[in-house]
Amino acid sequence: MPSDRDGLSVIVQVVTRWILVLIVVYGFGVAFFGHLTPGGGFAGGVVIACGFVLATLAFGGRSGPAAAFHRRVASLEAAGALTYLGMAAIGWTVGHFMQAWTPRGADFTLASAPFLVVLNLAILLKVGAGLFAGFMVLVLFDRAPAAPRDGKGGG
Amino acid sequence: MDAILIGLAAFLLLGSVAALEMKNLLSAVITVGVVGMGLSILFLLLGAPDIAITQVVVEVIVVTVMIRATTRTADEESGRPRSLATVVAGVGAMVLLVGVAVAAFAALPAFGAARAVPSDWYLTHAQRATGAANVVTSIVLDFRGYDTLGEATVILVAIASALVLARHVTGDGESGRARRGAAAPADAPPAGEEAPRA
Repeated sequence: MPSDRDGLSVIVQVVTRWILVLIVVYGFGVAFFGHLTPGGGFAGGVVIACGFVLATLAFGGRSGPAAAFHRRVASLEAAGALTYLGMAAIGWTVGHFMQAWTPRGADFTLASAPFLVVLNLAILLKVGAGLFAGFMVLVLFDRAPAAPRDGKGGG
Repeated sequence: MDAILIGLAAFLLLGSVAALEMKNLLSAVITVGVVGMGLSILFLLLGAPDIAITQVVVEVIVVTVMIRATTRTADEESGRPRSLATVVAGVGAMVLLVGVAVAAFAALPAFGAARAVPSDWYLTHAQRATGAANVVTSIVLDFRGYDTLGEATVILVAIASALVLARHVTGDGESGRARRGAAAPADAPPAGEEAPRA
């Protein structure tokens, strides 16, 4: 499958570059307003992962926007998990674990539940990076028909 | 409304059976995608837009990944003729399942009329307690934040394990970094190019 290495035609690549911006913005929108409208961090994260999967298919693994994302996938995933845990742990300072400790603004606005907004963004990072990493792992396994058996665990 | 739901559910059943019976793997994956889209419409009609959105996006990425994973084997025909015992066992299991399902659904409260006290409490108090207009989010991230933490942990562990297992392919790890310098891990060389390590 040559598209795997070299990516698709330049038309697809240019259009993908444009659309990827919209997809990422949409994913963040779904997550940012998840406490007001249907959606949330999980859905937003999957949307963003979809966008980078599209970029991977269009550009191949070697270059393009998805390669930069892939290099940071582990740190982004960890950042999401640590943000969630950190937000939950700060709850201890005002009461108990997982307590919503941020001040709250007017109802039906973005500031009405800042705690939930941050948690949604943390989950967006986790799910977006995690699903994309899963996709890349599947692709890479596919590329390696015979894993070396004599290498002692690759270390 | 009921007619639409029943028609959609029948369509989903037919699609699921078709996906199982497809000889070509790629066609089966596409049929699964169609079933997933139908399921998201069902969720939307039943008043669960959160789940509908999640279902759509998950279906898109799952179908993409499955197509990507099956393109190599798409020409292979799956399935082989079944023995009589398998057919009998399958039909028996289905009859049993349908019987249990009919009995179980008859015992459920009517749709939208939950008997549990907490559900009413959430609907009336969630906005004031958490500030979230979307009750689903207030439950997922606030009242049931522990559950979401556990779910996030599951994803983290699963992906971390997958990355560890794939490390000899991705070239991560110390020997991979030393060998390939600052090159993107996305471009792991095929395993054939790697010198076998003794």
